[in-house]
Amino acid sequence: MTNLLYTDIEDALRESVRGAMERHLDPHSTTGIYDEPKPWESKAWQSLTEELGVAGLLVPEDSGGVGAGPREAAVVLEEIGRAVAPVPYLTSSVIATQVLLQLGESEHIASLAAGETTAALVLPWAARPGHWSPAQGTDPVKPVAGAVGADLLLIPVADAGGFQLQLVKAADTTVDPLVSFDMTRPLAAVTLASGEVLATGEEAQRAVEAGLQAGAALLASEQYGLARSCLETTVDYVKNRIQFARPIGSFQAIKHRLADLYLEVTQAGAAARYAAAALADDDPDKAVAISVAQAYCSDVAVHAAEEAVQLHGGNGMTWEYPVHLYLKRAKSSQLALGTPEKHRQDLGPLVNITT
Amino acid sequence: MSDPKTMLRQRVDELLATHDPATVSTTEFLGARFDAGLAWVHFPEGHGGLGLPQEYNDLVETWMDEAGAPGPERSRNGIGLGMVAPTIMAIGTKEQQEKYLRPLYTCEEIWCQLFSEPGAGSDLAAVATKAVLSGDTWTVDGQKVWTSGAHHAKRAILVARTDIEVPKHAGLTYFLVDMEDPGIEVRPLRQITGEAEFNEVFLNGVTIPDADRVGETGEGWRVATTTLNNERVAIGSGADREAGHIGVLAEKWRKNPAIRSEAAYHELMHWWIEAEVTRLTGERLRQQLEVGQPGPEGSAMKLAFATQAQAITGLAIELDPDHGLLYDDWTMHRPDSTDFLGRDVGFRYLRAKGNSLEGGSSEILRNVVAERVLGLPAEQRLDKGIPFKDVPR
Repeated sequence: MTNLLYTDIEDALRESVRGAMERHLDPHSTTGIYDEPKPWESKAWQSLTEELGVAGLLVPEDSGGVGAGPREAAVVLEEIGRAVAPVPYLTSSVIATQVLLQLGESEHIASLAAGETTAALVLPWAARPGHWSPAQGTDPVKPVAGAVGADLLLIPVADAGGFQLQLVKAADTTVDPLVSFDMTRPLAAVTLASGEVLATGEEAQRAVEAGLQAGAALLASEQYGLARSCLETTVDYVKNRIQFARPIGSFQAIKHRLADLYLEVTQAGAAARYAAAALADDDPDKAVAISVAQAYCSDVAVHAAEEAVQLHGGNGMTWEYPVHLYLKRAKSSQLALGTPEKHRQDLGPLVNITT
Repeated sequence: MSDPKTMLRQRVDELLATHDPATVSTTEFLGARFDAGLAWVHFPEGHGGLGLPQEYNDLVETWMDEAGAPGPERSRNGIGLGMVAPTIMAIGTKEQQEKYLRPLYTCEEIWCQLFSEPGAGSDLAAVATKAVLSGDTWTVDGQKVWTSGAHHAKRAILVARTDIEVPKHAGLTYFLVDMEDPGIEVRPLRQITGEAEFNEVFLNGVTIPDADRVGETGEGWRVATTTLNNERVAIGSGADREAGHIGVLAEKWRKNPAIRSEAAYHELMHWWIEAEVTRLTGERLRQQLEVGQPGPEGSAMKLAFATQAQAITGLAIELDPDHGLLYDDWTMHRPDSTDFLGRDVGFRYLRAKGNSLEGGSSEILRNVVAERVLGLPAEQRLDKGIPFKDVPR
């Protein structure tokens, strides 16, 4: 069985990313995005890309990247989830980057790795590996994650001439922001425009598929990071919140819920780690690992955020407390890259269980 | 000293050369293995070990398996191997170590555990079985319950009350008991499955030499918790996917198209995924242990095992109504060991009910996780600081 532990280098990476998120993000300004939308928090993104160079983790050194891999990127995503950071790491540095890597593209990959430009794969955000359709006709594609503020759009298109993957500069088309349930990962409607053809046919399909697989595998780590943060914040809150002359965390009604949540979060960590490792190793079990991680971690993140809202009592219901940011991100991420139900459906045939 | 791995390999080869597992008896082989220090290599020399770090045990086990050599019967002597041996090693006297460890390891002496009582289940420190010292002999009277294996055990570990004037944890003492004492009566305790895997044990004037006390008088709680803490998390050596109840159900699903439906499929996949993530969590815990960084997730994982066993066996009954309405055998048996998977679905469903009770109920485990792992405040206690004789019971 593959290694499920973190290396010392990964621990150090986590510490750096956590420090950067703590320095450059505060919950109040993140909440502000709901009133004054912006594509991402630029200081935090700058810190991740310019100071830490983590946008290039998946990219080999000779292509201008760091030459690390999915395990390290997963650690970054755990910290992004922990901070509900409004940054396009998953959409640009993982999904779009993986698409271009699969194609061996060389013109744009270095600037993506450096974080100088960002890119988005233009598919509805609920698309998942093995189940997605290229844009057809003239309707805009929506809802697309990572497109608001992106410089480059990777658009899978099908027309009479067959299947193509096109690269369109954002400046050459229209990206309409949508009022999104989770404004920390804002969605958009992308109008189609013709651009450079990066690949056609099966090669293009494989590239899109690779991007979605990497996204689904590593989204699980973001969900795990979010869930863990909700658990820790809530444990801390119930230790200090006094009612009936005692901390509410001394009531079994609350302790037992948090013990159950601890188990879920712990298991989500193992599932997410296994998916990242399977992706890194290109393991034959990769598809199973991804579906298991997505089906499980999506629901755990939502449950953790829901428990956080409930156990913060009336405070959890306010705009001022940051708990709602986590709930919105968790619920939205549950639908991203395939709902748990869809992943359960995909998993059965992979393990020889069918209806 | 040379590289421990090379030295161990040499010792294993020597043992296998002088005691061919194919020709000598299991008892003789295990005795020789104990004498060679290859029983538990982290124990000191002379007590079945070589004073090496614990992680080398896995290596020795692997080599023994490869050679087709027998190991001790963990299913029959789980209490002895998992709990008694580490406790005697940690706290027992030199005489106790010399007298008990070897026959325990060879399984010539099976051990059972006389801890729980009718009035002391989750609240284990409330045991009322009384031990009184006269000269250098203790006399014990009381009743124990949920004692698995008592009907074939030669020896037992016992926690008994030796002082009722002090608060409950302070008045307990830990003993080693000869189960062949005429004052011991073992009665089968029939369970909801029809079997009697457990027993009630009555102690009437049982005598124990003071030499068989473990730890000081009044230190029984500390010794008992050492034992429980010593218990290595039962995760085995990395379970395979679909080990356990989910594998039985998945196989049935594959072989039997008639039981399949869309709704049941989603429920089955839900539990398949739960079982898989628990397996992955166990695997990660095992990897942490290997590098000497045990995590606290073991107690939480038992919650997962219990929930899954109960839900999956319940689902298995529902999926095949004509079969689920039947039961394989209500005859009262006294099995030698516990087999959660060995029998038909009705038995497995009923036996799984015990999984959230035995070894700490799920409610107590949630308290343990909340207090020891998450650091939440302890339960408020009505019996704190009160002499045992004044505690409401």
